[in-house]
Amino acid sequence: MSPVLAGVLQLLALMVALALAYRPLGDYMARVYSSPRHLRAEKWIYRVIGADPAIEMRWPAYLRGVLAFSVIGVLFLYLLQRVQGGLPGSLGFASIDPDQAFNTAASFVSNTNWQSYYGEQAMGHVVQTGGLAVQNFLSAAVGMAVAVALVRGFARSRTGELGNFWSDLVRGTVRILLPISVIGALVLVACGAIQNFAGIHEVGQFTGGSQQWNGGAVASQEVIKELGTNGGGYFNANAAHPFENPNGISNLFEIFLILLIPFAMTRTFGRMVGSLRQGYAILVAMLTIWLGFTALMMWTEFHHGGPAFEIAGGALEGKETRFGIGGSSIFAVATTLTSTGAVNSFLSSYTGFGGGIALLGMQLGEIAPGGVGSGLYGMLIMAVIAVFIAGLMVGRTPEYLGKKIGGRQIKFAACYILITPALVLCFTAVAMALPTPGHSMTNSGPHGFSEILYAYTSGANNNGSAFAGLNADTQWFNTTIGLAMLLGRFVPMVFVLALAGSLAEQRPVPETAGTLRTEKPLFSGVLVGTIVIVAGLTYFPALALGPLAEGLAS
Amino acid sequence: MTTRTIQEDAMSSTTPARAPHSDVPTGHKPDDGRVGGGLFDPTQLLRSFPEAIRKLDPRVMVSSPVMFVVLIGSVMSTVLAALHPGDWFGWAVAAWLWLTTIFANLAEAVAEGRGKAQADTLRKAKTDTVARRVIGVHEERVPGTELRVGDLVVCEAGDIIPGDGDVVEGVASVDESAITGESAPVIRESGGDRSAVTGGTKVLSDRIVIKITTKPGETFIDRMIALVEGAARQKTPNEIALNILLASLTIVFLLAVVTLQPFAVYAGQRQPVIVLIALLVCLIPTTIGALLSAIGIAGMDRLVQRNVLAMSGRAVEAAGDVSTLLLDKTGTITLGNRQAAEFVPVKGVTEAELADAAQLSSLADETPEGRSIVVLAKEKYGLRERHQGELAGAEWVAFTAQTRMSGVDLVEDGAGRKVRKGAAGSVVAWAEERGGPVSEDTRGLTAAISEAGGTPLLVALEDAAGARVLGVIHLKDVVKEGMRERFDELRRMGIKTVMITGDNPLTARAIAEEAGVDDFLAEATPEDKMALIRREQAGGKLVAMTGDGTNDAPALAQADVGVAMNTGTSAAKEAGNMVDLDSNPTKLIEIVGIGKQLLITRGALTTFSIANDVAKYFAIIPAMFAVVYPSLDKLNIMRLSSPESAILSAVIFNALIIVALVPLALRGVRYRPMSADRMLRRNLGIYGLGGLIAPFIGIKIIDLLLSLIPGIG
Repeated sequence: MSPVLAGVLQLLALMVALALAYRPLGDYMARVYSSPRHLRAEKWIYRVIGADPAIEMRWPAYLRGVLAFSVIGVLFLYLLQRVQGGLPGSLGFASIDPDQAFNTAASFVSNTNWQSYYGEQAMGHVVQTGGLAVQNFLSAAVGMAVAVALVRGFARSRTGELGNFWSDLVRGTVRILLPISVIGALVLVACGAIQNFAGIHEVGQFTGGSQQWNGGAVASQEVIKELGTNGGGYFNANAAHPFENPNGISNLFEIFLILLIPFAMTRTFGRMVGSLRQGYAILVAMLTIWLGFTALMMWTEFHHGGPAFEIAGGALEGKETRFGIGGSSIFAVATTLTSTGAVNSFLSSYTGFGGGIALLGMQLGEIAPGGVGSGLYGMLIMAVIAVFIAGLMVGRTPEYLGKKIGGRQIKFAACYILITPALVLCFTAVAMALPTPGHSMTNSGPHGFSEILYAYTSGANNNGSAFAGLNADTQWFNTTIGLAMLLGRFVPMVFVLALAGSLAEQRPVPETAGTLRTEKPLFSGVLVGTIVIVAGLTYFPALALGPLAEGLAS
Repeated sequence: MTTRTIQEDAMSSTTPARAPHSDVPTGHKPDDGRVGGGLFDPTQLLRSFPEAIRKLDPRVMVSSPVMFVVLIGSVMSTVLAALHPGDWFGWAVAAWLWLTTIFANLAEAVAEGRGKAQADTLRKAKTDTVARRVIGVHEERVPGTELRVGDLVVCEAGDIIPGDGDVVEGVASVDESAITGESAPVIRESGGDRSAVTGGTKVLSDRIVIKITTKPGETFIDRMIALVEGAARQKTPNEIALNILLASLTIVFLLAVVTLQPFAVYAGQRQPVIVLIALLVCLIPTTIGALLSAIGIAGMDRLVQRNVLAMSGRAVEAAGDVSTLLLDKTGTITLGNRQAAEFVPVKGVTEAELADAAQLSSLADETPEGRSIVVLAKEKYGLRERHQGELAGAEWVAFTAQTRMSGVDLVEDGAGRKVRKGAAGSVVAWAEERGGPVSEDTRGLTAAISEAGGTPLLVALEDAAGARVLGVIHLKDVVKEGMRERFDELRRMGIKTVMITGDNPLTARAIAEEAGVDDFLAEATPEDKMALIRREQAGGKLVAMTGDGTNDAPALAQADVGVAMNTGTSAAKEAGNMVDLDSNPTKLIEIVGIGKQLLITRGALTTFSIANDVAKYFAIIPAMFAVVYPSLDKLNIMRLSSPESAILSAVIFNALIIVALVPLALRGVRYRPMSADRMLRRNLGIYGLGGLIAPFIGIKIIDLLLSLIPGIG
């Protein structure tokens, strides 16, 4: 079987699996967030944290919940790393430096999972499992909660109430993320991923010398790393490491986990707003971009010319032979079009265009399908912008799902789309202008620039994947990327919730023949066009000086 | 809104206050002597140039964030060019940036200029008037500007009415052409719904006493001047929303350009600041930014062209969103008057006999109904219209509102013959008075016609054989031609039409079905109308209506778009947010179209503006970096001749496209009623795809022309 065919078949298998899970999971999640009943375990949790899940929150209260919870998360994770040296089960690793501890705490709480540390050389069992893996669940549940709040903003009328943050947070974790993770971890273990609390083994190498391997609760962390679109690997090599991702099957399963919830949330959305077709329209827009990017990535990686590439059957440098070019390309697109950032191959070694596709994928705002929750709300924000422009073109004050898109709504949506480009471009520009950050680059020329552009793009968009090559464990990068991650996660959430509040207060406008039909394929097309043009125009100059200059040169 | 009884029609025929136009509703009047049509005159550009320069004031420019950035860019590039006076490129860019700014102002100035011309016409009407103020029994002459609310003034034939008010005494014919452009005089009289007079109009005959209702300076004509000049213009909600979006895009591009310099330095090719400014101006949405306010002004202006005054731009926008139209039956859906449709004889009488009697008895009836009977008799039964003089010895009984009958007493061959036609009750009484029995048959026919939504008129005869009823004339409301198509069209646009009538439900249903409206409100009182509006609004719908009576005022105020007829009372005009100077209720449909067109134009040009950026990147980015990264020259797909020429071509295109689109902004994107889906597809095709492709061609052409200039190519 040719590698190209293998890649295409993997893609088809993945799509079938996703299609099978779409309806049951989407409907289940809608029920989870709509049900009036509480599980016994949940009631117990509410008592412990002292929250009343019956209280309906307006958007400022909901936001306060999100922020308070996340601040506590950052502080806890920071402290845990700072005292690691004194904790049992730390494999003898020292406490983490303040700047790196801040970066890591910000990274995991913001669902980014940018890692400036080497997992197997810095983090012991307690921090990995009790700190990082816990945040993998919670940060994902926070994203889902905010998305659900926005959906409620569309679905509800003449109330400002968006639900209860604590209830959404707990339910997302207990009823959605945990059960799937348990099953997923078993599948990964069956594939050969490790799951233990073993210590450090010293292993001799064939070429002489020795290597240190440590065990850990890897499979359980791996599953939520993908399912919660987190991306932080137990080991530095991330999903390229055989303990995390042993073979082609586990690779495909991990991609499935990455895309599972983000795609299915469009069904949840359709259910909750009372029109499945509205959800499908969003799904079609996501699928179009995802498939388009995957096709482009496979094309550029397989097609790449030159004698060495022809012998290898494409750009195989930096990729694992057990995944091949197809399995690596699909993974790379899935991970950068969601906020995952897990990697099973060395993105820096991708072709110039390949690196550019990964970069642009993040720059679209990670909405196709995007992170758990964040993908849906990011997409809905773009839908608001698209509805505004397209709605004008049909001669009515634009409305989406029966809600008028007026000055207030556009203000929140516009602020949302301003945040990440501002963070990415400003931090990159300052880093390029200052003398020292440039020392972290491994390469010169456009590729070197791509390393830094990639780092901030990944951080501000809460992706967390690294272009590799860049030595990010410096005070400058730890601090600035840490800030980019926190601002890139929580400032947009402010606008999402404010928008949700303003929508929930409105009274619905009845649909007429003069209303823009947002459940039609035409609108999905407009949405895709808006996303690609807005992001493309924003980043074109920067991309031209990085991946484009590099890709066009070959 | 009220049932027009025959009596009312009779009255209206004696006091012909200008009847609603009953021309085919699709067409607006081509030219009624008012300021220009919708066509764009290129010389306007030249004439508006000085005004465009005046608008360069930063305090004015700041209201458009996009163009304000261009203004700053123009100033900066001029300073930079001055620092390197030998650099032709810097001067060229600076000059074109200034032109970009000026073109934007020009668009606005041209749009305003059209209103100014109109305002001048109005001002002529507002020449200083001398009012004859009545104090007790005395009269004093004071300047019109010194009148206060509540003053009584006298106007006689030839006088200009000094201010807005209501007629409290007398009847006069008034020439309102100064405001409406309509030269036929109208009747204004005390009491009722035709008492309002407008300052600046001229009394042609008779004498009236007017109670002044507005302060000088706040009169209708003053407000009109302010409106058409755009002085009272405020940004509408949708315009504000669009401005926010444009501002945020401007910030995004500002960031993209400002941060480009460090990247360029790293790449080894520091960019001249003037090039960065050129890039920024090309990227920010200048096309829509430049034309946005012109589009708004032109939208109002298009209404003015159709003799509709919108009191706020908000109302125009709301018109585009309207989903329920309340239309008065009379004058909007049906012709103002009922017409005879058939003659139904009682048993023992032939249709021809009845037709003959009906015609005879209607000859003395000058009301439209009466005329229609004569016409029907002629068309259907070939009965030649007889003239009153032809019949010797005839004694004509003219129709009056009191008797509600008309007829003739003939003496033929020595025998007397009396024929009467009129309202059922009157004719029955007349016949019974003369001992004539009224058969069950008659009552049955009368009831049947009423149930079918018609109005029965009876024809009776008294001759040697005694008095008897011959039959019934079926009077029907005649639905205007083309209304059904019009309502179908509205339905496709998602607009529900509700017919408002004072008729009974049976009549209303019959007419509603014939006209094809979606719903009707029968026996409507002002309270019913109000309740209907509230109900629709509670469902999230926007409601538009027309009205003219004082009792319409609350509903006009409640409706999202309330169009008051100029013939109406001042209370109605005060309550509505638009005034139709032609007093044509059918125009409501056009107003909705104009509202939609306004929004479509904004959306289309925004799409066009953003789509344009793609080509500009392909022109400018290779020009900036192809030296240090030769691979980027592959992006130069237009094969532009040199970096300078490429950048300059993009800047020039960016400036010229504004001027090229001014006519479109003023005229509005062509709008035809169709479903939202088709409209979106069409506009995306033209303005989205067109916006993507057009600049590639335009920039290439400009580059070809520039390369002919020695030293550039």
